[in-house]
This record gives sequence, C-alpha cells and structure tokens, in this order.
Amino acid sequence: MKYFEPNKIFFTISKAQKYVLFLFIVVLSIGLTEALILSPEDYKQSDSVRIMYVHVPSAWISIGIFSLIAFLSISIFIFKNKNFSLIAKSLAPSGFVFNIIALVTGSMWGKPTWGTWWAWDARITAMLILALFYFMYLLSWRIFENKERAIKITSFIAILGAINVPIIKFSVDWWSTLHQSSSINILSKTTIHASMLIPLVIMTAAFALFSLLIFLMKYNTELIKIKNKGLDRL
Amino acid sequence: MINEIISMNGYGSYVWSAFSFTLISFGSLYLVIKLQLLKEQKRFFYKLDSLSAQKIRVAKKQNINREILLNNFNSQI
Repeated sequence: MKYFEPNKIFFTISKAQKYVLFLFIVVLSIGLTEALILSPEDYKQSDSVRIMYVHVPSAWISIGIFSLIAFLSISIFIFKNKNFSLIAKSLAPSGFVFNIIALVTGSMWGKPTWGTWWAWDARITAMLILALFYFMYLLSWRIFENKERAIKITSFIAILGAINVPIIKFSVDWWSTLHQSSSINILSKTTIHASMLIPLVIMTAAFALFSLLIFLMKYNTELIKIKNKGLDRL
Repeated sequence: MINEIISMNGYGSYVWSAFSFTLISFGSLYLVIKLQLLKEQKRFFYKLDSLSAQKIRVAKKQNINREILLNNFNSQI
C-alpha cells in the first residue's frame, strides 16, 4: 500500500511524464508516416480515407474517456473517495479536445465523401451532444466554488451523459444514417484490411499516449493545488 | 513523389487540414496544461517563501512537498 501514498504517486507521475512524452513522439511519428505515406488509398474514397486515421481514434478516445469519467462518478457516490473526482477532473480536458477533433475532422471528411460539411445524422448529433456534456462538465468545475457541490454536480452530469454513449455506438444500427456500420469488431470479424488497420491501431496508440500525458500533467497540477491550500493552513 | 503526397489525388486540402487541426489542437492543449502546472508550481514556491522559518521546516517535513520541490528545476532543497 505504500505505493499509493500521495508522495509516491506524485513522484511516479512526475517521472512518468517525460517517458510518456518520448513514447508519444516516437509512436506518433511512426503513425503519421504510416497514415500519410505508407498506407494505401481507398478504391472508392481515394486519399480522403486518410482522414480516418485522425477522426476514428479521436472519436474512440473521447467516448472511452467519458465512459471512464462516468464510471468514476458512480464510484464517487458508492465509495465516497475524493481521489476519484480528481482523476475524473484530470481526464476531462483531453476527452473534450478529442471530441472536438472528431467533430471537426469528421466535417472535413464529410465534404469530399458526402458532399456536405455537416448533416444532422444520428451519430454526428450524438457526438455533438457528448461535446456539450464535456463542456458542461468542465464548466461546472470552474463555476462552483464549493468543492463538495462541484463534485456532486459534475458526477451527475457525467452519469447523465453516459446515457448518450450507447446511443453513439448503436446509432448506426438503430437508424438509417450517413455513417457506415462499424468495420472493426472485437467479437466478430473485422472487415478492414490489415494495411489500413495497422496505421489505425498505431494512431490510436499515439492518441491514447497523448491523453495519458495530459492526464498526468493535469493530475500533477491538481495535487499541487491541494498542497498550496495546505500551505495556507499552516 | 512529393507533389503526389501534397495533392493526395485532389484531396490534399481536406487531408492536410484534418491532420494540421489535430496536431495544432495537441500542441495547444499541451501548452495550456503545461502553463497551468508551472503556474501552480510557482505559486507553491511563492507561498513557501512567504512562510516563517519554522513553518517552512514543518512544510518540508511532508514528503509530498519535498517531491514538489525536487521535481522543479528551481529546487530549493
């Protein structure tokens, strides 16, 4: 249990940041080379398919982070552990930015493939709603001065927003949408060719490393903020 | 070869804009979070400096405070 002492956690996350940053730069460089140069063009979408290598990982990670925030928020109510709220708060900025990247790059992919920058398609609309939940979550941390109140309200927003996550996932099956049904499945056969799957996996790894880096830096900042308040009380 | 990579069969403007937007967003977020971290570290040192010698000794006895000081280039320990 001594590894979970605040000073040990602080030491570990401070040291981990530079290694994660180095690994992120290496993986991102490989991913960009694969995505922009080595991977083949699509027989229908031609080179516009390359936008997939930034659009899809961003969408996956933003949904993944929000699911994690919702899970931590439920845990806050059950276990009354304030550290969960600190972790959830530190995860949110990268999740929000990935959500915005998914919307913007999706729009840039939509113009050449669908002929429009924006459509009120079920999945796009659900992703926009997710961005609004992220925005409300981050705003609530800024607005409410009372920490207890901020924890309760942000947890409520995250749990409420979690209802939207399965809607994003299954929207392509439930409604007739512009989005195609998923090509990558864990339980059934993946229909994407390895030459495109490999760069997609590498870019997803790079994006996951970036969100880990931002999380570590933000968590570090939050710990120092707590210590600053501690110094005031000395 | 380079022209092909730039033009991307006529989709270059869309592809390069999408990748540029992603990388600029990464850079901006990293910068904002880094500045927040440095600001809090600075505030920590400022507060520590403003304490009396006895309170500084008490503060430095806490391991996490020592870690914050050790993990900064302007370490005072």
